[in-house]
Amino acid sequence: MSLTAAETTELLPAREVQLDRAVRVGLIGGLTAMFIVTSGMLETFDLRMIVDPILSLGYVTLMAAPFAVGYVAGKAPPVLEGYAAPSVGARNVQAGAIAGALTGAIYALYALIIHVLDFSSVFIKLTEQTKKIVTLDMGAGGVLILALVMAVSGAVGGAVHLLERRWKRAVLYSAFWVVMFGLLEVLVSQIAFVRRISAVKELLYGTDAGLTLIGAVIIGGLVFAAYYYLDGRVRAATRRAMALEGQQRRRFILISLGVAIVFLAVLPQILGPFLSEVLDLAGVFLLMALGLNIVVGFAGLLDLGYVAFFAVGAYTTAILTSPVSPKWSPELSFWTAIPFIILAAAAAGVMVGTPVLRLRGDYLAIVTLGFGEIARILFLSDALKPYFGGAQGMLLIPDIDIGPFTIDDSISFFYPIYAFVILFAYLSYALQDSRVGRAWMAMREDESVAEAMGVNIVAAKLWAFVIGAIFAAIGGALFAHKIGSVFPESFAILVSITVLVLIIVGGMGSVPGVTVGALALVALPELLREFAEFKFLFYGTLLIFMMLNRPEGFIPSRRRARELHLDEVEQDAWLAQAAEQDPAPAE
Amino acid sequence: MALLEISSLSKAFGGLHAIDKLDLHVDRGEIVSVIGPNGAGKTTFFNVITGMITPDEGEIIFDGADLAGLRPNQILALGMARTFQNVRLFPNMTVRENVMVGRHTRTKAGVFGAILRTPAFRAEEEETKRKAEETLSFFGTRLVGYRFDQPALNLSYANRRRLEIARAMGSDPQLLLLDEPTAGMNPRETLEITGLIGKLRDEKGFTVVLIEHDMRVVKGVSDRVIVLDHGSKIAEGPYDEVAQNPDVIEAYLGRPATGTA
Repeated sequence: MSLTAAETTELLPAREVQLDRAVRVGLIGGLTAMFIVTSGMLETFDLRMIVDPILSLGYVTLMAAPFAVGYVAGKAPPVLEGYAAPSVGARNVQAGAIAGALTGAIYALYALIIHVLDFSSVFIKLTEQTKKIVTLDMGAGGVLILALVMAVSGAVGGAVHLLERRWKRAVLYSAFWVVMFGLLEVLVSQIAFVRRISAVKELLYGTDAGLTLIGAVIIGGLVFAAYYYLDGRVRAATRRAMALEGQQRRRFILISLGVAIVFLAVLPQILGPFLSEVLDLAGVFLLMALGLNIVVGFAGLLDLGYVAFFAVGAYTTAILTSPVSPKWSPELSFWTAIPFIILAAAAAGVMVGTPVLRLRGDYLAIVTLGFGEIARILFLSDALKPYFGGAQGMLLIPDIDIGPFTIDDSISFFYPIYAFVILFAYLSYALQDSRVGRAWMAMREDESVAEAMGVNIVAAKLWAFVIGAIFAAIGGALFAHKIGSVFPESFAILVSITVLVLIIVGGMGSVPGVTVGALALVALPELLREFAEFKFLFYGTLLIFMMLNRPEGFIPSRRRARELHLDEVEQDAWLAQAAEQDPAPAE
Repeated sequence: MALLEISSLSKAFGGLHAIDKLDLHVDRGEIVSVIGPNGAGKTTFFNVITGMITPDEGEIIFDGADLAGLRPNQILALGMARTFQNVRLFPNMTVRENVMVGRHTRTKAGVFGAILRTPAFRAEEEETKRKAEETLSFFGTRLVGYRFDQPALNLSYANRRRLEIARAMGSDPQLLLLDEPTAGMNPRETLEITGLIGKLRDEKGFTVVLIEHDMRVVKGVSDRVIVLDHGSKIAEGPYDEVAQNPDVIEAYLGRPATGTA
């Protein structure tokens, strides 16, 4: 009935791509291009080749602006119910070209202005080198060429919408991965170096950083083929795996766990010392992120002073294991120190948790922010110097022994760190799916109702703080053993903020999301140290982008994914079943 | 003996006496309606007796226990559960989980049980799940099947109200406080809820106190009606008697209390 009704109803005319919107985003693109030039990004990024000798990261960044605005401008507005779907065509390309051309025009105007007038006393990054780059070292002609390329880039961005979904994804992702591989030469060359397979490295990269032309074609082609082939298949496989029941489900989980463990066991051996070092750091942040995920993601308690617990763990292990701890040094091993670290963390969790029991939202955030700073200042203070070493910190924290093995380098540290990551990931899942997890969830949704429905708010909050504190403290202890020393400067507020950012970007309340967040936001910047000055710009941009486009994070929690993807299937199946048993519909 | 006994209960917000020296009692097995014009203090009355607001003075005795100083979760554990006037479910939790949270005080698994997945923990989880599904089946086919795993926010308005009642029922209460259970419902749904309130007592054995504006519902289910105005009780008795009371008619400012009946 309803189907035929919908068919006969006249649809309203489609909402087409708006050209005035193209002008608007084009202006934004122009400002972005100006910013890229003025901030010095262009100059710094130009030193790094993506595809040797033709394309540097600087020009990729510069051209990404018109491409992005072209893509946005060429995208049709969402189809609302009752409206016809717009047909794709010249209009998408046209809108993209307008946006790109406008970006190019603003860029050209700005490039000419900075050539005639000297702003370098105010914008110190507008150096002679930058001026050379903005003109391709060819004067006004070069500016014109770049502006034209920008217009074309915008048109290409708009033209992407002409492609069928499957092609579109394959094209966009292959471009993305070519740039990523160009950037992450270190990743391939390290593996090649450790495994002594330099032929692959030389084929892709030649002797310099940056892909060769052949390398770019190979990578692009492979990624394209992979996305084209896998489109839809991955999701279907995931759906099948999630639909497994009972025995089969258990076997599936066991097998994937086994594969994951074998993979993790050989990973540092393949990656070599430098990349293992990067993963170790990411792992330490991941431990903290899993803990903060319980406090913020599960229980909804916004803790901005989370680094305090990390510091408690690091200092506890330092006192207990270092032979030169100022006041008292029992020189325990890491393993015997663990129970004390857990106790100290739990005590710290209760100490922070108790005074803030009655606080909610913004107030809780501000107070915990204060606690985080208090912890750092206490460890730094002269008054407590006899215990914690003040600004000099504490040194000679020993390596970790596991039976006959000594954990003393980045490759071997990978194992204890990721063993704890797996343990904490399990604990997160186990707690989430339990009475305690439900209490946290209810509390996050509506604290007073949760209490009226029988949840003991005091216990639930304290447990969240205590478990979060223990996770972070273990992370801190491993960090201290790895570095071999602790200093108060390691526990700055920025650590708390970084951990929070990575769980927001990864996906609040989702263990895989948090993992991806830690790898993307901690490991990636480590690999791209040469651009470290732009790290927080990148974080900020990413955060804004995520909040606007994907507030649930890269990999939202399973609960959300279930709601979003499996709902219709289940509903249809149930309705069909119900109709068989009972001809009258339920409602 | 009275299940709920309240004497000289008062609560003021600044100069406003939301509840003023209120005395009332509810007997076991009764269905009592609390009515009164807007701002008469009906919801404040619920908030005070469930511990969400601390009273200024007065005594609340529930099932022989003094409720003074108890937290809302402790009061729920004693057997008094409520719903909310402006439906307050846990929107991102599933229908089943909402009711499972309601069972929180009747279960006791802790952090260690959850981590170690002890047999006791598993058995309790299974039991909680089963009880929740059983409670939901009280509402016929509306909240069962695929709905178990739907987030509460996907439910229709009337179903959200039903789920709120289910969540309160989940805690195995003796006394069920329903705050305007039919607000915003169409006449057919209102009729159904009216029948349901009777079933709550007759089949499930709950004592029910409800705040209600719809006089058809009040007339249909109440053993006794209590009328509040300015935080005080101005009338009490069977519906027909109260409806004739001149004080009640005056409190409703000329709006004929009997008109809708």
